[in-house]
Amino acid sequence: MAEELVLLNFFSSAFAMRVRVALAEKGIQYECKEDNLFDKSPLLLEMNPIHKKVPVLIHNGKPICESLIIVQYIDEVWNDRSPLLASDPYQRSQTRFWADYVDKKVYSAGKRIWLGKGEEKEAAKKELLEVLKTLERELGDKVYFGGETIGLVDVALLPFSSWFYTYETCGNFSIEAECPKIVAWARRCMKKESVSKSLADPHKIYNDFVLDAKKKLGIE
Amino acid sequence: MAGQEVKLLGAWFSPFVHRVEWVLKLKGIQYEFVEEDLTNKSPLLVNYNPVHKRVPVLVHHGNPIAESLVIIEYIDDTWKQNPIMPQDPYERARARFWAKFVEEKFTEVIRGTIMLEGEQQEKEVKQAREALDVLEGELKGKKFFGGDTIGFLDIVLGWIAIWLGVIEEIACIKVFDSNKYPFIGKWMENFAELPVVKENLPARDKLVLYFHKIRQFGLASAVKK
Repeated sequence: MAEELVLLNFFSSAFAMRVRVALAEKGIQYECKEDNLFDKSPLLLEMNPIHKKVPVLIHNGKPICESLIIVQYIDEVWNDRSPLLASDPYQRSQTRFWADYVDKKVYSAGKRIWLGKGEEKEAAKKELLEVLKTLERELGDKVYFGGETIGLVDVALLPFSSWFYTYETCGNFSIEAECPKIVAWARRCMKKESVSKSLADPHKIYNDFVLDAKKKLGIE
Repeated sequence: MAGQEVKLLGAWFSPFVHRVEWVLKLKGIQYEFVEEDLTNKSPLLVNYNPVHKRVPVLVHHGNPIAESLVIIEYIDDTWKQNPIMPQDPYERARARFWAKFVEEKFTEVIRGTIMLEGEQQEKEVKQAREALDVLEGELKGKKFFGGDTIGFLDIVLGWIAIWLGVIEEIACIKVFDSNKYPFIGKWMENFAELPVVKENLPARDKLVLYFHKIRQFGLASAVKK
């Protein structure tokens, strides 16, 4: 049966990048449709009426929404290669725990750094660094969070490494100075083609999206 | 004590803890319940959940799992009888989607209203009602979200059958309206009647007292800041 796979994407969306990394890791062919955050396509509104957000994966006409849910779906359907979760239930629970941790803590702190100002921004910087340090402890001496191969937690966190340049520029601080292990981990992952081809360029995110978004939202 | 391979660290008033208990009971899993005093966290809790230091924590063969939804998927992965999650990957993705929707758009929002007043609280109440509109549409007259028997979404939303009324009372808000949400209303009744739910419900007046205290304490601390 010919598989029809469409990804509704936005180049700078960390969440969409997660799906791109997962699809690339599994060597899956798909059509990438670029949506516009400020002018959403009818297809996006039809396929994700509840949240109206990218990413949406459309598999043989059926939509799957929410990035980590999409990634787990991909892992379960294409279960014959590059597993992103272990088969052992306990390992899977720990993976899900840490993916959930990344989901709850990284995006919100990061957003308050590039959109916020003053005290809010300073608090968000502190928070992001604490979260990254906690993740460094969890990584330990492993090559990847998934162990010897990239796993769900790596996929969950990697796109935010593309956003480090934005956070550092807007927040006037260095993430590498405080969290060198995380930066080293991201660099290691970037050596894989599945990652380097899937993540957006950090400077492009800042120059093409962030500056434009700030202007549109009336933030200096 | 040797031999108790499943322990649940919990608190009597926590809807998140009860979720896990419902699943354990549905699968007929024996477990030891350890009541935690969250105002004075035990070394055991801090050791087993250093990241969040909160309940529930399931401990299986000495290995801890935290976060209620993660725990539920672990239980379903490990004990195959009476499955909570669907087998088909697309249906599983749908179940997870709705669970996330409930948590982010309803559970966390209602939790927020406990510590808020005035306009800020009203904003959250409006958001909660919008989420309930969506859920009413999703239920569409089925007995349970899972069909004839309960599934993941029923377990995730089930707390409202008992706790929503309590929080509405202590926070002086009105979210549920039986005229506006007839399907959800009937569903709450059916859910509360399930044996696994009925058999260890916390007493309503105790819950009201407890959450009232939480609100008073929270509002007072907010004023101090």
